[in-house]
Amino acid sequence: MSRLPVTKTPKPYVGGAFIRSESGRTYPLADAAGAFFAHVPQCTRKDLRNAVEAAAKAGPGWAKRTAYNRGQILYRLAEMLEARGDEMTGTLVRFGAARAAAAREVAASVDRLVYYAGWADKYEQVLGNVNPVASPHFNFTVTEPMGIVGVIAPDAPALLGLVSLVAPVIVSGNTVVALASEATPYPAVLLGEMLATSDLPGGVVNLLTGFRRELVPTFATHAHLRALSAAVGPEDAKTLRLGAADSIKRVRIVDATKPADWLSARAESVYAVRDFLEFKTTWHPIGA
Amino acid sequence: MPTLAKKTPARPVSRPGRPAPELIFGDLWPFDPAPETADPKLQPRYDLFIGGRFVAPQSGKYFDSINPANEKKLAEIALAGPADVDAAYAAAAKAAGPWAKLPGRERAKYLFRLARLLQDRAREFAVAETLDGGKPIKESRDFDVPMAAAHFFYHAGWADKLEYLAPGRRVAPLGVVGQVIPWNFPLLMLAWKLAPALAAGNTVVLKPAETTSITCLKFAEIIREAGLPPGVVNFVTGAGEVGAAVVNHPVPAKIAFTGSTDVGKLIMRALAGTDKKLTLELGGKAANIVFDDAPLDQAVEGIVNGIFFNQGHVCCAGSRLLVHEPVADAVLAKLKRRLAVLKVGDPLDKNTDIGAINSAAQLQRIRDLVAAGESEGAELYQPACRLPDKGYYFRPTLFSGVTMSHRIAREEIFGPVLSILTFRTVEEAVEKANNTAYGLSAGVWTDKGSRILKLSTELKAGVVWANTYNKFDPTSPFGGYKESGFGREGGRQGLLDYAQLT
Repeated sequence: MSRLPVTKTPKPYVGGAFIRSESGRTYPLADAAGAFFAHVPQCTRKDLRNAVEAAAKAGPGWAKRTAYNRGQILYRLAEMLEARGDEMTGTLVRFGAARAAAAREVAASVDRLVYYAGWADKYEQVLGNVNPVASPHFNFTVTEPMGIVGVIAPDAPALLGLVSLVAPVIVSGNTVVALASEATPYPAVLLGEMLATSDLPGGVVNLLTGFRRELVPTFATHAHLRALSAAVGPEDAKTLRLGAADSIKRVRIVDATKPADWLSARAESVYAVRDFLEFKTTWHPIGA
Repeated sequence: MPTLAKKTPARPVSRPGRPAPELIFGDLWPFDPAPETADPKLQPRYDLFIGGRFVAPQSGKYFDSINPANEKKLAEIALAGPADVDAAYAAAAKAAGPWAKLPGRERAKYLFRLARLLQDRAREFAVAETLDGGKPIKESRDFDVPMAAAHFFYHAGWADKLEYLAPGRRVAPLGVVGQVIPWNFPLLMLAWKLAPALAAGNTVVLKPAETTSITCLKFAEIIREAGLPPGVVNFVTGAGEVGAAVVNHPVPAKIAFTGSTDVGKLIMRALAGTDKKLTLELGGKAANIVFDDAPLDQAVEGIVNGIFFNQGHVCCAGSRLLVHEPVADAVLAKLKRRLAVLKVGDPLDKNTDIGAINSAAQLQRIRDLVAAGESEGAELYQPACRLPDKGYYFRPTLFSGVTMSHRIAREEIFGPVLSILTFRTVEEAVEKANNTAYGLSAGVWTDKGSRILKLSTELKAGVVWANTYNKFDPTSPFGGYKESGFGREGGRQGLLDYAQLT
């Protein structure tokens, strides 16, 4: 007699804990074959606000970590994903990816994390500088993280899209509240489990599952989100930009309706890190 | 050998129980007028500048530009309509290809020419700027005009070095850029906008503020003198509806705006459904933080410069003074004494410290907020200086006993009004300084270098001045956090906002 497997309850990773939606709502998720997979929490605006609170608590500590430390933690996350690569690949296959494509996506996700891990203690040297002002001042421009950034992952690739948006945001000390792929949310749930074991402080990355149409307007207008990074279509992009105007929020959009090569080296850049940095210029006096 | 007679001082050095005597200048010893007399070479009427030519607006309408110092008409300015904005963008679009393809080395030389020609005509432009905007001649002469020239000179040299701008990537021009600038530094804001846009290979349609169009249109003369290809720079003049036409036009790939946060939000919404890039340099409510170990006399000069520079019409003005409690009384006393000798009056007078408020509307806004400050319980101080009979003037104003909830501590006044708050600890200073929706700039006055760096790390502001205030340089990026806008102007970071990565 075959053993009955123990199925996992998918739980979003918020504030360093695995939660259910405060609303108690879930929606049934089927795999690519149409078989029932699990009930996925249908997070609400309130869950989003709670996640923003968790991110706000984690933010100052994360931003104060040394660049070296943040780099090592991102690298540790890559280690976690590599180690559980087969499980992640199997998940992507179960939700419709061809095995080879799934393996490529997982490998690219690991490599992307390693890529950004390496930037942690270098982007400042590339993006900031000393300015030769015409007065007796030591004038220098350095970068600072913006704070809490809202991320809306593309539907596909569910894992690589999410990783590609989150990694350049957190490497500089920002914290993230992310909405997972609506079509394929489970890889994000799995990624949350890896985040939990990667030395990343709780609350730095908060992953929600749910419906875009319910959450996009709150991402747009939540005043404590200082920036948005979203892979969405033109309509959601407009909603996000309109709402962002209320608090002069920075918005970076990847048009999800256009074909994008997430695997390519073009999809990773120090300029993605730059988009979530503020430049601060200090005039320090020279003299007695 | 002569004996040294013991000298008795003519007057006792100290008089126990009484404050040391001091000379009060101000109205007791009036300065003779010292007006700047250079000819501003104004024309009675200014047309639009489109495609390298001055052209009349298609509506045939003009509006008056007045001198805020005496309310007299200076010139008539063309009122652009939608058809004129169309024509300006058509000219800019036509010029965009050849301008972008021009070797950077050649583009650079045009910008160097602009810098040099402006330097040649510096005094003329300074007088025109003062007449049109009301700022003291010593500021337009020593700051606005030379700094504008410096911006062209700095950015000129970038035009052929753009491959060094973005390590790892190549950059390309955006195309046509629409720019809308404010009335507080008309020529300087024009330079901040034009210089990086042109250096990066873009062409421009720019709208100056309706109260201060003259130096912009005089700059069109310099553009012609420099031989800049027609259409590379186009100026359309008028008020908000012209600005809206510039912003909403389908041609520009980017909009750059400097002005109020309210209008910045309108522009963000207007561009929400488009692919246009946007940079915004908006309002501020900067904290100027004075610690007890600061050189107080130097700090007082910095506080005065921070809030009364350009009548306080400065987005980064140090409008919230945060004083360390142990020195609060001493700083306030010194400030009052300093205010008593500030000269308010004719902007063309070389001795004038505070000129005219830019417009009747702005004067009313300042009066309203000052009235709010009084009614909310803050203590007002104004020196008893005489103001000219005609023109828009406002006395330098201090409010002490201000709390964070007062409107004068939260809203941008954009006038010569300083709100004074106190703090006890570094943490409290940072908390109060950051407790605002804005984040453009901040000042720190202390003798400790390590404290400067701690504060500059913790203050949420794009520019932090230590033991100085309101310093600018073309090499030094300027711009805000939070609701003070996004993007930078000046330096490598500012230039990249006018290019696309390829």
